[in-house]
Amino acid sequence: MIAVRPDPASDPVVDAHLVIDRGAFRLDLPLHIEAGEVVALLGPNGAGKTTALRALAGLQPLTAGHITLAGRHVDQPDRRLWTPAERRSIGVVFQDYLLFPHLTALDNVAFGLRRHGIDRRAARIRAADWLTRVGLAEQARARPRQLSGGQAQRVALARALAVSPVLLLLDEPLAALDARTRLDTRAELHRHLTDHPGATLLVTHDPLDALVLADRLLIIEDGQVVQNGDAATITAQPRTDYVARLVGLNLYRGTAEGRTVRVSDQFALTIADAMRGDAFVAFPPSAVALHPHQPDGSPRNTWPAVITGLQRHGDNLRVQLDGPIVVAADITPAAAAQLQLTPGQPVWVAVKAAETRAYPADSRLPTADVKDI
Amino acid sequence: MGSRFVRTAVAGLTVLAMGGLVGCGKSMGTADSAPSPGPSSSAVTGTVTVFAAASLTESFTQIGKDFEAANSGSTVKFNFAGSPALATQINQGAPADVFASASPKNMQAVTDAGNGDGSPTTFVKNQLVIAVPKGNPKGIKGLADLTKAGVKVALCAEQVPCGAAASRALAAATVKITPVTLEQDVKAALSKVKLGEVDAALVYRTDAMAASTDVEGVEFPESSSAINEYPIVVLTNAPNKAGAQAFVAYVLSDRGKAVLNAAGFQAP
Amino acid sequence: MTGIGDHEAAERPNLAAPPRRRLAQRVPVGLLVPAALGLLFLVLPLAGLVIRAPWTTLPERLTEPATLTALGLSLQTATIATVVCLLLGVPLAWLLARVEFRGRRVIRALVTVPLVLPPVVCGVALLLVFGRKGLLGAWLDATFGFTLPFTTTGVIVAEAFVAMPFLVIAVEGALRGADARYEEAAATLGASRWTTFTHVTLPLVAPGVAAGAVLCWARALGEFGATITFAGNYPGITQTMPLAVYQTIESGDLDGAVVLSLILLTVSVTILAALHDRWITSA
Repeated sequence: MIAVRPDPASDPVVDAHLVIDRGAFRLDLPLHIEAGEVVALLGPNGAGKTTALRALAGLQPLTAGHITLAGRHVDQPDRRLWTPAERRSIGVVFQDYLLFPHLTALDNVAFGLRRHGIDRRAARIRAADWLTRVGLAEQARARPRQLSGGQAQRVALARALAVSPVLLLLDEPLAALDARTRLDTRAELHRHLTDHPGATLLVTHDPLDALVLADRLLIIEDGQVVQNGDAATITAQPRTDYVARLVGLNLYRGTAEGRTVRVSDQFALTIADAMRGDAFVAFPPSAVALHPHQPDGSPRNTWPAVITGLQRHGDNLRVQLDGPIVVAADITPAAAAQLQLTPGQPVWVAVKAAETRAYPADSRLPTADVKDI
Repeated sequence: MGSRFVRTAVAGLTVLAMGGLVGCGKSMGTADSAPSPGPSSSAVTGTVTVFAAASLTESFTQIGKDFEAANSGSTVKFNFAGSPALATQINQGAPADVFASASPKNMQAVTDAGNGDGSPTTFVKNQLVIAVPKGNPKGIKGLADLTKAGVKVALCAEQVPCGAAASRALAAATVKITPVTLEQDVKAALSKVKLGEVDAALVYRTDAMAASTDVEGVEFPESSSAINEYPIVVLTNAPNKAGAQAFVAYVLSDRGKAVLNAAGFQAP
Repeated sequence: MTGIGDHEAAERPNLAAPPRRRLAQRVPVGLLVPAALGLLFLVLPLAGLVIRAPWTTLPERLTEPATLTALGLSLQTATIATVVCLLLGVPLAWLLARVEFRGRRVIRALVTVPLVLPPVVCGVALLLVFGRKGLLGAWLDATFGFTLPFTTTGVIVAEAFVAMPFLVIAVEGALRGADARYEEAAATLGASRWTTFTHVTLPLVAPGVAAGAVLCWARALGEFGATITFAGNYPGITQTMPLAVYQTIESGDLDGAVVLSLILLTVSVTILAALHDRWITSA
């Protein structure tokens, strides 16, 4: 069951089409992961991320579609083919780690090796090796309840990797950690994932996890894929409101006619480069300027708005604005003080055309309603 | 069968608890005593509580009914169990009017403790038989047959009168048997035969006769060397002294004797 | 779960205060009084036994061979009965806790019946099945010439019958409380269902199993009604301590009965107290 190092030039290690029907909810997720590739599965709560992970792990059968791991068919409903979790070459790091409380860290890591037929002594040696690799050699004899969150996470990772799985699955691996630990652990995790020769699927809701750890992002909403690409593309060109919020952009959809994109009957945005057809327009909150009165001068995008909310956002102030379009703006504290911003106050919004980015709305992909931020 | 154990156990435990609080030998009478009018020729009223050996179950129950018929307004309540257990209960202060024991030994335990009013009277004798299931499937003819391989025998425990009698009879026959169980009263031993769990039991003739639908009694000569005498006495602390005396008189009367004879008891 | 918290949640008790004050701080009077009454209720009868014991004749009675035989038989049969209950009861508990099947509720109710039936009735029921003329016993007798009544095995059967519900209920409760996700984790690491059961599930519920086993053993040790009805009463073979006590009382030797009871009391308290606290209270 220990997988042979897959050949990168051959078929993808994970070749799947996950279809699960569960009452009102339907997951429909085509998925391909190459050897050595790390794919992050992102999405809002209820999108189906955990369901997808459980299906790959063999804890949840598919309703339709298929799963093939390293050339082996493990789930094919139409052929009544189903391989349970214990016979798949997988390793799972659960959100709560689920380290066996009655075993030491060493025996936890050795557990999978023992189940794969390796004798106790050899299993313990390899487990000790893995613990050293994750920097926990001294914790070998500790029980899970004696470990800190970060340490438990590392043991869980070692336990999953020790069996050299073809597919490594991580379910929100950093969610249970505090901010400081998360920072360090994320960096280390990145290192281990890079070293892992098999495929990796990382389920997360934290965009930073995805950006740091993954080669490719797969975004699902309501059981459907809405965007699939590397971090750079996605951050540059979000296609749904969720993604936009994820990467921190204001996003609008409309019809482009040259340098104007008509977003609604009453409103159009001016963009930098001309284009035609169905389009997205995005600009960051930092590109939004606020003025007490209608500004003169060059910016082509100005409109009156009303302040609906104020929050701190890092060192800046995040201002929510209502108007012909809903906008989020980041204002420095100094500017805010000058403007004396209060909720309900009318202001004028200005966005330079040069700071907007417009790109075609690809009608191949399903679209989501563009909601206000 | 089972209810006897339960009753005895419950009675025994209650009595122990009471004994512990009250101390040995003092009785706490229940409120049921009726102040008795003079000697027994007029009808007796109230409840008469009779502690009697298990082997007297059927005959005394009948006598009790006859007594109630002759003395309207009276009720006779019985506690049937192994004689040693009854003696203990009485000595621990159980509220009883009359004690009828299957052996003088247990009666002596009661009179020695000062709980007997006057001297006990022997009213019947009883003799052992071998009880076997109806049809005598194993062909038991005498005590010697009880030693055959594959024959399971139930005996009463040594301390119980029928067990003591059995020992004497077996000694007289110079037969040694190993029973599979030692029961606490004769009815329990008999029930093992009725259930078919044992092939034979040494019980009283009266018990075998009372269970004649399921069981037959095999007589054996040595039983005459182990005859039990049954004494009866009114108790010192009887709540219903007049009722007690009337009951004992009834047992000793011709009507009482007739019932006992019919059951298989011998005259004293 | 294994979320090792950096958060210390509960309020710490005032450890600087003297111990009595600490206790008063923590236990409300409304609970303390009934608790004390309950304790008295349970302990006074035991004290009665100790106080009324015939201390002068105790030493010779203690070493009477009949006493030691009965004690040895009791300990043996109770322990073997507990082992039988473990072997049969743990899988039964697993079935009730983890497998959905029709009529599960009825089965669970049936399992608790020996708790509700008077022990003597349990003995009668056993006779009707395993007695010489019983449903199965007749066949046993005809085929092997062997029946359970009047044998030590019969004692073990009677004790196991009345004590098994304790074990099944305790273990079922423990299994229901155990987190089934550990079993999923084991599966992802390659463990078969059986291996998961033995290496993950059982260790997780071990405290519950131990608690059930202790209850089971205690019940088996004190068993009387079913034993005397089904197995009979013969020294060395079927006369356990409770039966010996009964016979002693029945024969009028109250002192002797108190001595036997004290012995049984001492032995069981010693053994139960020696068991780790940990094993009796669940994890």
